[in-house]
Amino acid sequence: MSRRVVITGLGVCAPNGVGLTDFTQSLLEGKSGIRHQPILEKLGFGCQIAGEPLVKDNLIDNYFTPLERRGLNATGIVYGVIAGVDAWKDAGLKKNETKEPSWDRGILFGTGILGVDKFREAIHLIDEGNVRRLGSTSVIQTMASGISAYIGGLLGCGNQVTTNSAACTTGTEGIIMAYDRISQGKAEIMLTGSCSDSGPYVWGGFDAMRILPRAYNDNPSQASRPMSASASGFVPGSGAGALILESLESAQKRGAHIYAEVLGGEINSGGQLGEGSMTAPNSIAVQRCIRNAIFNSGIKASEVDVINGHLTATAKDALEIENWSMALNRSGKDFPFVNSFKGSIGHCLAAAGSIESVATILQFQENVVFKNVNCDDIHTQIQSLISEDCIPRKTISYTPRIIAKASFGFGDVNACVIFKAYSD
Amino acid sequence: MLEEIKYQKLKDIIKIYLPEDVTVADVEQNSHFMNDLNINSANLVDIVLDVEDAFDIRLENDDMDQMQTVNDAMAIIDTKLKSK
Repeated sequence: MSRRVVITGLGVCAPNGVGLTDFTQSLLEGKSGIRHQPILEKLGFGCQIAGEPLVKDNLIDNYFTPLERRGLNATGIVYGVIAGVDAWKDAGLKKNETKEPSWDRGILFGTGILGVDKFREAIHLIDEGNVRRLGSTSVIQTMASGISAYIGGLLGCGNQVTTNSAACTTGTEGIIMAYDRISQGKAEIMLTGSCSDSGPYVWGGFDAMRILPRAYNDNPSQASRPMSASASGFVPGSGAGALILESLESAQKRGAHIYAEVLGGEINSGGQLGEGSMTAPNSIAVQRCIRNAIFNSGIKASEVDVINGHLTATAKDALEIENWSMALNRSGKDFPFVNSFKGSIGHCLAAAGSIESVATILQFQENVVFKNVNCDDIHTQIQSLISEDCIPRKTISYTPRIIAKASFGFGDVNACVIFKAYSD
Repeated sequence: MLEEIKYQKLKDIIKIYLPEDVTVADVEQNSHFMNDLNINSANLVDIVLDVEDAFDIRLENDDMDQMQTVNDAMAIIDTKLKSK
């Protein structure tokens, strides 16, 4: 059994826009959400900038009861609930007010690590011999599945409610997992997405690895430079993105607005063999992932007209373009349009795949290919592979038919999903 | 501390933990936290911590086990305040 799966709702809580309207506007203009973070400066970080969603206090009141807000110290949950509940509403779905769980609706909401600040709070109390003062919310805010549990409870879902975790591929992986579940007939509607906490305890490890840019602390919006010759590392970010995946049948029955169709995808790993390692991708696996995603989707490589890459703004960007070029067997002017949103939102880690997928889907809606920022100086190795016309530096009017979105992550893991403009 | 003030203080603490279908007007001296007020058992832990903060006392595990009703809570608070 293989059923068609469509996207009927989107929600986002991103560094450059909370909610679809602001986020879309920022993407059209290439507005940056990367800002100086005083706390990182105070703590002596090399990279003192990051992309963090600006969530107003009174906005949080719209999503959490006063009781839920008490002791709430997990930014990932705040971002995830905002994005998840917004996507649910955007799809025209309502909270389950009955006593019966919605058996055919589930949640697949990933994260890398959840409630880091809450965990820190707990560690201090425990170390002081004061474990009794933890209260009842320490566990639910720090368990990885806290985010899917939270959203599942808010919406009364009765299908699978779980959290996936695969480093920076998490969000894209979740879309493919939700697609599989619906296409196999195990669910009608899956809310899928991912979130990532903000703050020094999440970002510190990357700073210590010296893979973040250190020369842009006074000039944050210029720091993240995917595909550029002057790229000097990824800018850490945080936030959440959420998508409602639904069987075409269910969407049509509800008369729901359809943003796009999910044709399929592929998830794999390079096994940390060959050139692959814990932190570096095995190109053979990356290419295989893209090729299989295309095969599984029943399309030809020549039909892909836009790519949203992983493209984090490190020295590996050129290798990624090479992998796309080899996998699609397309180069020069024949290469699809390609963009990376990390130039304006940074690398939102576990949330990256879902925030970027929301942005990717919005291109169908807006009839555009969103611009790349900070890459006027395209890397020479990339120039030798593809035409610079394939890398829009201004948002262009275009009607995409098929967009490929990929994410790659630590652990040598890969995910590639294929979206198509919806037509009967 | 006057009984009335103490009771009011306690009600203010309980208020936030009440589910949607229970109002603060439903809180009576002999209300059972879980059975009458439908308070989630996990939240009883938080009520104890709030009581500790509000009255500047410390409740032991036995006190927590015995704190089933509003009256129980009042009695425990009294004992702790007197032994301060």
